Amino acid sequence: MKFAHLIWGNLMRKKLRTALTLLTILVAFVLFGMLCAIKQALAGGVELARADRIVVRHKVSIIQLLPESYKARMARLPGVALAVHQTWFGGVYQDPKNFFMQTPVEPEEFLSMHPEFILAPAQKKAWLETRTGAVVGRTTAERFHWKIGDKIPITSPIWGRKTWEFDLVGIFDGRDKGTDTTPMFFRYDYFDEFRQSQNWGKGLVGWYTIRVKDPAKAAEVARLVDQEFENSPAETKTEPEGAFVQAWANQIGNIALIVAAILAAVFFTILLVTGSTMSQAVRERIGELGVLKAIGFTNGQLLRLVLAESCLLTVLGGGLGLGLAWVIIARGDPTGGLLPRFHLATGDLLVGAGLCLALGLLTGIFPALQAMRLRVADALRRM
Amino acid sequence: MSDDPTNSGTLVRVDGVDKVFHRGEEAIHILSNLHLAVPAGQFLALMGPSGSGKSTLLNLIGGLDRPTKGTVAIAGERVDALSDRQLAGWRARHIGFVFQLYNLMPVLTAERNVELPLLLTHLSKVERQKHVATALAMVGLSHRAKHYPRTLSGGEQQRVGIARGIVTDPTLLLCDEPTGDLDRKAGDEILNLLQALNHEHGKTIIMVTHDPHAAARATRTVYLNKGQLSHEPVT
Repeated sequence: MKFAHLIWGNLMRKKLRTALTLLTILVAFVLFGMLCAIKQALAGGVELARADRIVVRHKVSIIQLLPESYKARMARLPGVALAVHQTWFGGVYQDPKNFFMQTPVEPEEFLSMHPEFILAPAQKKAWLETRTGAVVGRTTAERFHWKIGDKIPITSPIWGRKTWEFDLVGIFDGRDKGTDTTPMFFRYDYFDEFRQSQNWGKGLVGWYTIRVKDPAKAAEVARLVDQEFENSPAETKTEPEGAFVQAWANQIGNIALIVAAILAAVFFTILLVTGSTMSQAVRERIGELGVLKAIGFTNGQLLRLVLAESCLLTVLGGGLGLGLAWVIIARGDPTGGLLPRFHLATGDLLVGAGLCLALGLLTGIFPALQAMRLRVADALRRM
Repeated sequence: MSDDPTNSGTLVRVDGVDKVFHRGEEAIHILSNLHLAVPAGQFLALMGPSGSGKSTLLNLIGGLDRPTKGTVAIAGERVDALSDRQLAGWRARHIGFVFQLYNLMPVLTAERNVELPLLLTHLSKVERQKHVATALAMVGLSHRAKHYPRTLSGGEQQRVGIARGIVTDPTLLLCDEPTGDLDRKAGDEILNLLQALNHEHGKTIIMVTHDPHAAARATRTVYLNKGQLSHEPVT
């Protein structure tokens, strides 16, 4: 710490150059934070997927529907603890850009299947008592300034091409940080009753989620489910919840690979920019480094001084960048519903901090070695 | 001509030193079989024309370079036999340097510049501040402690350089043309200061200079020509 003023002074020697380099590093780390948040949003559900849940969908495609009657047959299969269904509603609130996920569910069983959604007991009771009742995640409730008791009009382009009206009876929170708190769930009986009146789609559902009794036998149960509906008009494809979420995310592409490729290009550029700044900074003060050696600084001390300077530069720029990214990301999903799990995970923040330090060490090591190897008499001649 | 190395109380002893630099295949002999003894408490002026090897000799005595042949001992310790790491520590403890171009860190204030050698010691912050205040008071610059080098005159910068050189109370003060970049008035002030350090504080000083006026302030002058001590008038 007693060398802090020397390190800081050297860093502030060329203020404009330092500021521009800091800005470059800052922008890179803002980009890092944003890309990590997008990756989390698109693929983060995989990490939160539970080992005891498997998802059953139509063998042909997720948009093909399955009979509601499958539920009872699934429940009878060995190893199945609970089976619940959901159906894509695809509605919007007032404007097409106000999109978020809505699905009809059977409340009691659905909440039992998904303990990650935390709903107050009084609100759960109200939902069970209200046929037109709906519950919504905290993120969406805050986004549209909804409160319990509001009537929520949702226009569905699929089901009836009309505006449905729901009574908001509950607002749920996520148990874990990455839990998606954007969806709205409403009662399946209300939904199916309308379909009966339209004589279209009654008794059909989108997909099933099954809780298995023993997570170690999840693959076996999945095979049993698919065998049960083999050669039927609606054959099934059953897979672990994680694989289901991953397949959903993979429709866009290999997110992790895309993010890694972009970040590699960005950090390689930063490495060159910062490395060049540090090399120039050391070259400019060869004589001063000679003086430090003359008055007794050891080679190791000079090495550490230069490395500390480069690390301070990258940690400052990177820290500010990660902080700014955190502030931007904390404001929520910038797409208005397409990225419901948009957040900066603690693990990504730690990786970012590690990158700051690694960048500092990498960009500082060659100038630091140059400073360390200086011959004092030669260096003093260059003052 | 060689100096008599047998005097008692000798602080600096240079024995049979050669220094050869190589430029490609060409060997350049800077110092040849040089002997010099400097008693403790002496203010020695080292004069000679450009390229005579004055600064090279000063570098050898200060442990900044090593002789090609021969030995350099300070207070009985063989400097030429120390490793790089040992030399760095030895310089921090025993040598104060004053350079012609002051060589201050432009990013540090006067007091921070003076404090630099103390950062290598185990002194606490408070103790370091006391030493810095004392050194700045000795060179008459207490009122300029918070000033950066760019706001100081040449003479003031050199006084900061001297304060940095003496702040650790070194065994030996080595000055390389300390007045070479100053006008006569500022140069005289610096020489007064060096004389006071020698007379009043008993500091042993070796000063390289071109200037006979500066050399006249020393208690002894030796001349270096073509790598050898050629004359040694008693002042």
